[in-house]
Amino acid sequence: MRVHFAVYARGLRRHSTYRAATVAGVLTNSVFGAINAMVLLAVFAARPRINGYDATDAVTQVFVGQMLITVTMIISIAPSLDLAERIRTGEIASDLLRPVSLQGWWLAQDLGRATFGLVFRGLPTFLVGVVLFDVVIPDGVGRSLVFLASVFLAALIGFALRYLYSLCGFWMLDSRGVWAINGLVGPVIAGMLLPLALFPPTIGDMLRLLPWACMVQIPAEILLGKDDLPGGGALGGLALQGLWAAVLLGAGTYLTSVATRRAVIQGG
Amino acid sequence: MADTHRRIVPGDEPGEGDGGARLAVTKLLRPFLDYRRLAWLWVRAAAQYPLSLALMSLAVTTGVLTQVGAVVIVFGHAGTLAGFTVYEGLLVFALASSAFGIADMFAGSVERLGHHVRTGSFDAMLIRPVSPLVQVAADEFSPRRLGKVVPALVVLGIALVNVDVEWSYLKMALLALTMLSGVLICSAIWVISACVQFFVAGAREAANSLTYGGQALTEYPIAIYGEEIVRSVTYVVPLAFVSWQPALLVLDRPDPLGMPEYLRHTGPAVAVLLCACAALVWRTGLRHYRSTGS
Repeated sequence: MRVHFAVYARGLRRHSTYRAATVAGVLTNSVFGAINAMVLLAVFAARPRINGYDATDAVTQVFVGQMLITVTMIISIAPSLDLAERIRTGEIASDLLRPVSLQGWWLAQDLGRATFGLVFRGLPTFLVGVVLFDVVIPDGVGRSLVFLASVFLAALIGFALRYLYSLCGFWMLDSRGVWAINGLVGPVIAGMLLPLALFPPTIGDMLRLLPWACMVQIPAEILLGKDDLPGGGALGGLALQGLWAAVLLGAGTYLTSVATRRAVIQGG
Repeated sequence: MADTHRRIVPGDEPGEGDGGARLAVTKLLRPFLDYRRLAWLWVRAAAQYPLSLALMSLAVTTGVLTQVGAVVIVFGHAGTLAGFTVYEGLLVFALASSAFGIADMFAGSVERLGHHVRTGSFDAMLIRPVSPLVQVAADEFSPRRLGKVVPALVVLGIALVNVDVEWSYLKMALLALTMLSGVLICSAIWVISACVQFFVAGAREAANSLTYGGQALTEYPIAIYGEEIVRSVTYVVPLAFVSWQPALLVLDRPDPLGMPEYLRHTGPAVAVLLCACAALVWRTGLRHYRSTGS
């Protein structure tokens, strides 16, 4: 556990060195959030209420989505976990020598990255949204803590998915294709481009149960206090997120053992 | 000796009359031929990972199709946006994404300029006898980007068939010309925003807010963003000439915000002007470039 904490701290520190990139990231996420929000405001100006969502709900969800980009890396169209490149180049061999589990090591490092991203990139982006638009902010400590728990579970799911994409490299040699599909389709089915409430109900309800929705739609609905979450409230949403986190991390552990038994390290 | 020399640099011989003209043409075409050669090299490299290439093309295509779905959903709820119906909205979307898609295919790689500066590969480009801009733009050229251009053009075709427009040869020619201008404007924006990386390393993502952000902005009739934004994307960053003004031209519609009607015919002039700006910015950036020494 101490090892993991040290790796977590290093991950956090490593990302704190890219200051210009962080500022650039806040700018980009805010611009995209603003464009997206203005399109949705135009839609809601024509129809003030769509499937229980109003303009404020939709704009809040847009900025929750932009805030969580850096936490879940849901829009990565190229490998956003160094592990993927290390599998391709063979450097993974030295990772496997360490006396800690591969997944635990990378999880700790990625959570460090996510923590830095949330505080210095995600929250400023959300604040830009609060300043420019009418955005819901969590009222009270209870709601804030529940939302924070939801963000943490989103970070776990975001990592677990990207870990699985990286593991594809053991079988496919080059996992970039999988990443491209993730980065282009993931944000849409997560409710980032449009809230899932705007989708045709059958499609929307189905997408809501998938892990991608757990990274945008579910956290947003928890923040908004919507009652169409699974189980009718925030706890149901957290349970769904927790379930996916457990399933995906479990799959990661299992596939790691399969992959490492299969991998042949050729010295040199 | 003279013979060898001629073989190494063909077309460089100082001929008379006809030869001089040929020399001028060769010189003018040189960057395009260089680009073609480098791009083909990268196509062959990409073909070495066929599964990845197929998956990436599929991903890009699916990405465009989901965005089309989003446009249809948005118009389905709103009915009309800024007076545009769903097919007119798709026309705007397709004009924007085909222009950005084509520009991305040919010039999108310039956004990796910072990477070349950081790793020192830009130094290697400077000593080769090919324009560094051509080398940076052709770098990692990939046919997967057709996965975006082709569906965008298909959607454009579908939209054009379904909108209420009286076609004439003149209008078709104007549409083609405005689309070409759109591609040039997008490419110029790509180059200009990449040049920031000559001065601020690691600012790649800020450039994205102009390039991909510009695409996101122009995918919808921009009148919905309000007058101030429309004015700034007309007179400051001329994104309005990528999809909005061409759409007004094709649909023969008065500007909903009451901006001058002649604007829709100025696309080509704006494109030429912006490309000149891009060339100037690139040269300035290049002169300020200092190797990282790695």
